[in-house]
Amino acid sequence: MKLTEHFQYGLNSPICLTWELTYACNLACVHCLSSSGRRDPRELSTDECKAVVDELQKMQVFYVNIGGGEPTVRPDFWEILDYSIDHNVGVKFSTNGIKLDPARSRQLARTDYVDVQISLDGATADVNDHVRGPGSYGTAMRALENLAEAGFAQPKISVVMTRQNVDQLDEFKAIADKFGAQLRITRLRPSGRGADVWDELHPTAAQQRQLYDWLVARGEGVLTGDSFFHLSAYGEALPGLNLCGAGRVVCLIDPVGDVYACPFAIHDEFLAGNVRSPGGFEAVWRESELFAELRKPQTGGACRSCGHYDACQGGCMAAKFFTGLPLDGPDPECVLGNADAALAARSADFEVPKSEVDHSRSAPRNSRVNKREPVGLTLAPPARRPVRDCDASPLADMAPAGGVPVAGVPVAGVPVAGA
Amino acid sequence: MSSSTPVFDPERPYQRSPSVALREESFGALVYHFGTRKLSFLKTRMLVDVVVGLESHDDVHSAMSAAGVPEAESPAYLRALAGLASAGTIEPREIP
Repeated sequence: MKLTEHFQYGLNSPICLTWELTYACNLACVHCLSSSGRRDPRELSTDECKAVVDELQKMQVFYVNIGGGEPTVRPDFWEILDYSIDHNVGVKFSTNGIKLDPARSRQLARTDYVDVQISLDGATADVNDHVRGPGSYGTAMRALENLAEAGFAQPKISVVMTRQNVDQLDEFKAIADKFGAQLRITRLRPSGRGADVWDELHPTAAQQRQLYDWLVARGEGVLTGDSFFHLSAYGEALPGLNLCGAGRVVCLIDPVGDVYACPFAIHDEFLAGNVRSPGGFEAVWRESELFAELRKPQTGGACRSCGHYDACQGGCMAAKFFTGLPLDGPDPECVLGNADAALAARSADFEVPKSEVDHSRSAPRNSRVNKREPVGLTLAPPARRPVRDCDASPLADMAPAGGVPVAGVPVAGVPVAGA
Repeated sequence: MSSSTPVFDPERPYQRSPSVALREESFGALVYHFGTRKLSFLKTRMLVDVVVGLESHDDVHSAMSAAGVPEAESPAYLRALAGLASAGTIEPREIP
């Protein structure tokens, strides 16, 4: 049996575990996969986080990908980082760079087993800030400068590929080279707020080809998070697992301890359990019904008869789910266009599945909690999807240009707490 | 450890690198090197037994025999072990 076939049936412990420490974020990126913004009052405490690390060490999860929200806005972030590293759980954390001043950069340069990944979604300020918010390009560049100055070896620059930045691939590579960094590019998913901007931002068919050709020609040393395996149907398989790892080798622990099948699948449909329940994370990983289901052999469904099924495996589960497509059919970005008919057949008033987990500052506060509270507390209008992709700018709901939203300033009538 | 990787010599004693952790899985084991942060795989249980057993044998051949590697598969295992040596998963062991 090939290794990937073993992976399909799940491993004793995940290989690639994403752990989001907080829903709080100083930014409000239009495509945020976790709809982050405000802290959730139920987030794991410092001690609970350390207990999770203890479990990961016991399960021999050798490293975690820590993210958020913006993980570094948690005051105990550095304590959790050190605790994890001291317990043989290496850390790669994703950040927009807000806290990476010269002192923190020097601290990181002195720390073993830590990788830093700076998010950047445009090689120029205009392209980046359109998606990530005003000033965010400058913040990322300052962080990269500070890390380089401190002698931190090879940070990662992590780029979500969009319609606006596919043309900038060479420029991203140049930025990475300039800072001694490694470039990482990943696929835009229609998850979280990404659903609201998907139609406008996901690469066109021609751009997908352009991206694939670039990866084949210049992708040596460029990380992809194994996220472009749907492009393998163009021909040559891209390096990596070329398999949806959700619940098999991958999962997500969210800030309140909920365990989802993958970081792009924050929705009840993919919720396997919670680390606070008896048996902790280990019991969720090894015993949850959802994960057992995901580890069963997949039939391939409508894709089975396609000659490229072995290469792309039907693509990304989350991308299908959040565009309203069947999970056993083609990916919405199927390079052969096999999903086009199904996408076109969705009626005008079709609503894609929406997660109830939304910590956006523009959304009703803690929508999940609110359901158990008096209705009157919901002062803000519900988050809206643009009626058509051209009806709303991705920045329409953001703070005025020139400043990130400031804690304590009322936004849409709701007092903002958290970061 | 010397900076250049020595040629793999199965007549010599080897050991699993102290920077490497193994996690047993149904197919064999996951290998994580905390120094290079590289993840790799031991694709059979027998290879796991060989790697774990290296430190209690005077040379690679006897570790392979002890793990029950059939004669016919010996060349394939030696190739795999040479690969593990160049990746730093296993390393020559000094005889005290």
